[in-house]
Amino acid sequence: MNIWLIMLAGGLITFGMRFSLIYLFGKFEISETLRRALHYVPPAVLSAIIFPELLIRNGTLDISLGNTRLLAGLVAILTAWFSRSTLLTILVGMAALFLMQWL
Amino acid sequence: MIKSPAMSESKKNFVEGVRSEIPLLIGVFPFGMIYGALALNAGLSNLASQMMSSIVFAGSAQFITAQLVHDAAPGLVVVLTIAVVNLRHMLYSASLAPYLKDLSIRWKFLLSYLLTDEAYAPSILHFEKEGLATHKHWFLLGAGFSLWFTWQVSTAIGIFLGAAIPESWSLDFALPLTFIAMVVPVLKRMPMVAAALSAGIVALLAYPLPFKLGLILAALVGIAVGTFLESHQTAEVKK
Repeated sequence: MNIWLIMLAGGLITFGMRFSLIYLFGKFEISETLRRALHYVPPAVLSAIIFPELLIRNGTLDISLGNTRLLAGLVAILTAWFSRSTLLTILVGMAALFLMQWL
Repeated sequence: MIKSPAMSESKKNFVEGVRSEIPLLIGVFPFGMIYGALALNAGLSNLASQMMSSIVFAGSAQFITAQLVHDAAPGLVVVLTIAVVNLRHMLYSASLAPYLKDLSIRWKFLLSYLLTDEAYAPSILHFEKEGLATHKHWFLLGAGFSLWFTWQVSTAIGIFLGAAIPESWSLDFALPLTFIAMVVPVLKRMPMVAAALSAGIVALLAYPLPFKLGLILAALVGIAVGTFLESHQTAEVKK
């Protein structure tokens, strides 16, 4: 699919969700289960992207000290945990990857 | 121009909305720049990177789209992922609905378009305080518009700077790092950790599936695990 089609469809869906209940006020309610489930969307989707990015190299699982992205990712996880800062996490993670690729 | 009391009241609400948004804008600005640079690096054109900020206008969904386009995921999977990631906007829509119910459809369209996490947060606080006062939707317009404007400008600067970064810097790694920075701070309760871990492990196991379907499967498993564990915990407490 063309990137413009993806953006258009993604944009329409996003707008539709923002508009949905403002428009349907009083006619439709979000169930308690869906409400609860929505809290788990960000960690689930993002982890589903992060794990393969760090652990799969050239199509296969790579859990070794030679996997620089995994090691730099672990450094970033620690940084995020202690600093809670997006910018610092990115900077430290990138710096760790640079260092390991040079060494 | 005649200054009617109604107009100054709307203006006052608008300015208040902008003012309440300022602390959030400081955090959003670098984020928009990072998005612009990374979208470009992921292979999107200047124009597409910039336009996504106004067509989709949702931070995390835009980062994820850049990542998935970089990984050459099929369009349908990208769109489905955007849908799942942005489902939370229905909650905002539901929660603001009673305060916006008497507005014209044009207002509803405009305010829905501007309804992001960052516009929602100060607006709902303001609405809860002000109740059903008439001009309060101008507050949401002020908060939403100032965020929209900041997001467009910061994206443009990011694209401009991103073009100067050489490819040898492996900037594509900054995308998963951004996701790490988003996930780690929310991992405070056990069901959250379980949702993240189960989604991650399923994503690895299901990686060989075609069309990046493993991603969707993994996300659904993670959401189900987290929701189930939370219901279970709540049930335990009630006993």
